[in-house]
Amino acid sequence: MTKKISFTFDGKKYFGNENNTLAEALIDNGVFLIGRSFKYHRPRGIISAGSEEPNAIVQLESGNVTEPNVRATEVFLYEGLSARSQNNWPSVNFDLGSINDLLSPFFPAGFYYKTFMWPPKFWEKYEYFIRRAAGLGKSPNEDDPDKYEHFHYHCDVLVIGSGISGLYAAELAAKANLKVLLVEQYNSLGGEINSYASQNLQNNKSGKKENYETKLFNEINLKLEKFENVKIIKHTSVFAYMHNNYLLACQKINSKDIRQIIWKIRAQKVVLATGSIERPLIFHNNDRPGIMLANSARKYANRNLNLGKNIIVFTNNDYAYQAAIDFKLLNTATKVLVVDIRNSSKGDLVEQARGLGINILFNHVISNTSGRKKINSVSIHKINENTNSIIDRYGKVSCDLLCVSGGWSPTVHLFTQSRGKLIYRESDATFIPHKSFQNEISIGACNGTFELDKILEETYLKMSKLLSSFNKKIQKSDYNKIEKTFYDKMKHLWIIPSNINFNKTKMFVDYQNDVTAKDIKLALKEGYKSIEHVKRYTTTGMATDQGKTSNINALGIISELSKIPIHDLGTTTFRLPYTPVSFGALAGRHVKEFFDVERTTPMHNWHLDNGAKFEDVGQWKRAWYYPQNGENMFEAVNREVKATRDGIGILDASTLGKIDIKGQDANEFLNRVYTNSWSKLKIGKCRYGIMLGDDGMVIDDGVTSRLAENHYIMTTTTGNAASVMSKLEDWLQTEWPELKVYLTSVTEQFGTISINGPFAKNLMIKLFPNVDFSNENFSHMSFKNADIDNVKCRVMRISFTGEMCYEINVPSSYAKSLWEKCIELGNEYNITPYGTEAMHVLRAEKGFIIVGQETDGSVTPIDLDMSWIVSKKKYDFVGKRALSRKDTARNDRKQLVGILTKDPNYVLEEGAQLVNKISKLPMEMIGHVTSSYYSPNLGRSIALALVKEGLKKKDQTVYAPMPDKTIEVKISNPVFIDPENERVEG
Amino acid sequence: MFLINCPYCGERDQAEFSCGGEAHITRPKNPPELTDDQWADYLFMRKNIKGIQFERWNHSNGCRRWFNVVRNTSTDEIIKVYNIGESPPNINGNNPSTPSGEPIIGSGNISTTFEKK
Repeated sequence: MTKKISFTFDGKKYFGNENNTLAEALIDNGVFLIGRSFKYHRPRGIISAGSEEPNAIVQLESGNVTEPNVRATEVFLYEGLSARSQNNWPSVNFDLGSINDLLSPFFPAGFYYKTFMWPPKFWEKYEYFIRRAAGLGKSPNEDDPDKYEHFHYHCDVLVIGSGISGLYAAELAAKANLKVLLVEQYNSLGGEINSYASQNLQNNKSGKKENYETKLFNEINLKLEKFENVKIIKHTSVFAYMHNNYLLACQKINSKDIRQIIWKIRAQKVVLATGSIERPLIFHNNDRPGIMLANSARKYANRNLNLGKNIIVFTNNDYAYQAAIDFKLLNTATKVLVVDIRNSSKGDLVEQARGLGINILFNHVISNTSGRKKINSVSIHKINENTNSIIDRYGKVSCDLLCVSGGWSPTVHLFTQSRGKLIYRESDATFIPHKSFQNEISIGACNGTFELDKILEETYLKMSKLLSSFNKKIQKSDYNKIEKTFYDKMKHLWIIPSNINFNKTKMFVDYQNDVTAKDIKLALKEGYKSIEHVKRYTTTGMATDQGKTSNINALGIISELSKIPIHDLGTTTFRLPYTPVSFGALAGRHVKEFFDVERTTPMHNWHLDNGAKFEDVGQWKRAWYYPQNGENMFEAVNREVKATRDGIGILDASTLGKIDIKGQDANEFLNRVYTNSWSKLKIGKCRYGIMLGDDGMVIDDGVTSRLAENHYIMTTTTGNAASVMSKLEDWLQTEWPELKVYLTSVTEQFGTISINGPFAKNLMIKLFPNVDFSNENFSHMSFKNADIDNVKCRVMRISFTGEMCYEINVPSSYAKSLWEKCIELGNEYNITPYGTEAMHVLRAEKGFIIVGQETDGSVTPIDLDMSWIVSKKKYDFVGKRALSRKDTARNDRKQLVGILTKDPNYVLEEGAQLVNKISKLPMEMIGHVTSSYYSPNLGRSIALALVKEGLKKKDQTVYAPMPDKTIEVKISNPVFIDPENERVEG
Repeated sequence: MFLINCPYCGERDQAEFSCGGEAHITRPKNPPELTDDQWADYLFMRKNIKGIQFERWNHSNGCRRWFNVVRNTSTDEIIKVYNIGESPPNINGNNPSTPSGEPIIGSGNISTTFEKK
């Protein structure tokens, strides 16, 4: 006995069986009205039994786990499942939006483009209503509490789809001892087998064929279970086929721990056995609840659902007769009528149906349907010889289910995603795989092969060829001879004639986007010719189902109306994902703290303990400022800046990039990558360098120290550490392989403590009593090794504040304790930790640039007034030649200057534009502010700016026009404090 | 997401690599003697071929080594991988034509001196 499970739909409680989909349970409960259509709010029901479902899309669950646009045909029942219909107000049974249906003559294709154009300023008003009308479900507005995973998987053979062809292919590969992954979209293997008459028919004489296929399936299935080299994952939809057989699949787990898994599969060979999708027929009012694809209805009948007692099957092919036969055999319905467009059929299934006493009407069509919330009758007409118009009225026939079948479309989505080319087959109006691009094969229905004997033969032949490169012998499996079924030809009739004027018909092609045949006609009439344009103008095939059931019908209609053969029209592009994938699944575990790598310095916990605020510099968390006693940022930064110039400021500079450079050509290397000369740098000395790109633009700066004859340590800016390292490696490996130079990034091996201020030396003496810190012995821009408690430190006397400064590089694991020691010993000098904001103010007071703030990739060292650092003597260095190009040598380029506002308390906005004089808009812009701060040491605001011919404009007045007022400013020297460099000497 | 056969590490996913643009553009040994146009050619002018292109790649999230790759940019087929410093291999292959009929070299990239080369 199957378990009963309770669930709710639109707030009403129902019961369903275990292993039923939501769609199955709703049908069984007699719920046929599932939602309202997108544009006209027409009542809609379940059409299919799979991922192609365009109508029965629901909002699943509520609150933070809600999921919109879920296909009811793909969700399996679980206890307490709650779903709601979409796109209706106030309810699915009484929807005010359905007024649109009556107004539909006013909503032709391109309605929004044509209507909401004028007047332009009204757009903001229109937008509110359009946005409300657009879209289907509601996205959650809270954090998703569930977890999603990503798996990587490598295999020899990936088989997608577990119908007979997929199963057989998996078996053949498994027997060859290959690593096989078999992926099935639904919760049970077998594909179409699940639509076949169920086991209880075995004693029925007419169930012979079904029995055989089910038996074959069971046989292969049993064999597969025994192979250890076969992995089978169900409930998993392969949604993307990318380069080199890299495929993505989404597995629905829905367990407490993990909701979904994205499988990232790299396969040697891919076997596409994705089956096919039945397409509807295009007739007037073909969208009512209770109208279903024939084979889907057949599948539901085989699961013993209450479909209806009075069923009509409307078809243009033999396959749909199987549905009619099953309805009869399973006693689903008391009355079954087949309406067939064709003149006749000699197919075996038609004979079988006849034998079962099923009434068949050849040469007839369904021209209209009735029933507002569920179909209750159809109008049947006889059609003429040419099948282009109706002749006689047959009459109105009541029914409670209408099954339609317009033939089958192979599921070639993944094949075309792999860049394979399709070819059109006229006989059954299908696009089938033609030319492969990747290492894959298509077998079975997705290859346009629908008959069992041919499927088995094709699978064996194609698999033998596919697997030949593994040098394994492929053994054919010995299955019983198959009794052949004869299928007569189908007839494709893209638009079913009706007694109603075509321009007044509602023949739905794309159910989800509410596109009708007459919309397509209108688009063609308005001059759209390319299928890609018609698609975008009418939006056919552009809904969340990507036109799985509608694309071929749309093509057929265009072909018929424009008289261009389908194979000349081509198809629109099949894009990934095959079925919608949630953002949560794509993000996987890369959310919140795992979104990006977070880098912290060895002293990070001290900053945390001392109330630091942090700023992000690339991936680094850097202490920004340390507010005390309720200080705001401005107060804290001012205190830190003043304390550094009056006592000691201490900065965590560990994030600066550090590159260890070794090798006999290291000096030559530095000469090539920096603008200045390094030949005479003595051991134990440091030098500042500016690095250019070969276009002459500044890319980095920093201090490099010579530790030994052939050993240097280079520092880079925090943000550029990785890119500078890469660029240097690039030069060494590709342009200068003759240089013997080895680079190692040691950024994280050292913590860096920067001690600044007039009392810096006093603290250093206390820290390192054995080192002579006299200016004679340890001058500015020099380096010494120093030990503290047997820990080797590198001390550099360099300065980014203009104050006397020592930078201690200590192995990372000791950095925090040394930092704490500095704080403790520096107490008597009012040692003050300062963050990056104070660091910026201090360096701006001194006119020091920051690469990436004063420079933006368009600034040369000459523009920065730093020609002193550009060697004239060197024959070449990276960027040298470009500095003399006509454009870079212009003397009216933007140049770095200082800016002083007339109002000393006004701090300019960084990025503010500067103009010579205030005039009508547009004003000529002469430059912009790059850095701007309040300097507590000067008691006024200061700024740096890049200004056209700025170096010639010293002391001139220019203006910064702001939205509310114009700021008058004076151009000044960019060095605001200690231009004689006296403080750095102590 | 194609695969690249790193000459040092073996076959790896493209995500581990970064492309360094056109290969075999040697930095001139005598920059001061070049005209502005010649320098600009070295600096800026790159072919953007639809079809067989010689490129530099770096195993940036792996061994960090640079190497050369011959790639068909319209199919992402990697035809050959070879070391920096080796001369470009002879590749027999037809460059595919573009649907627009434009030349296979991106039309925006052709400078006067480039055409002379």
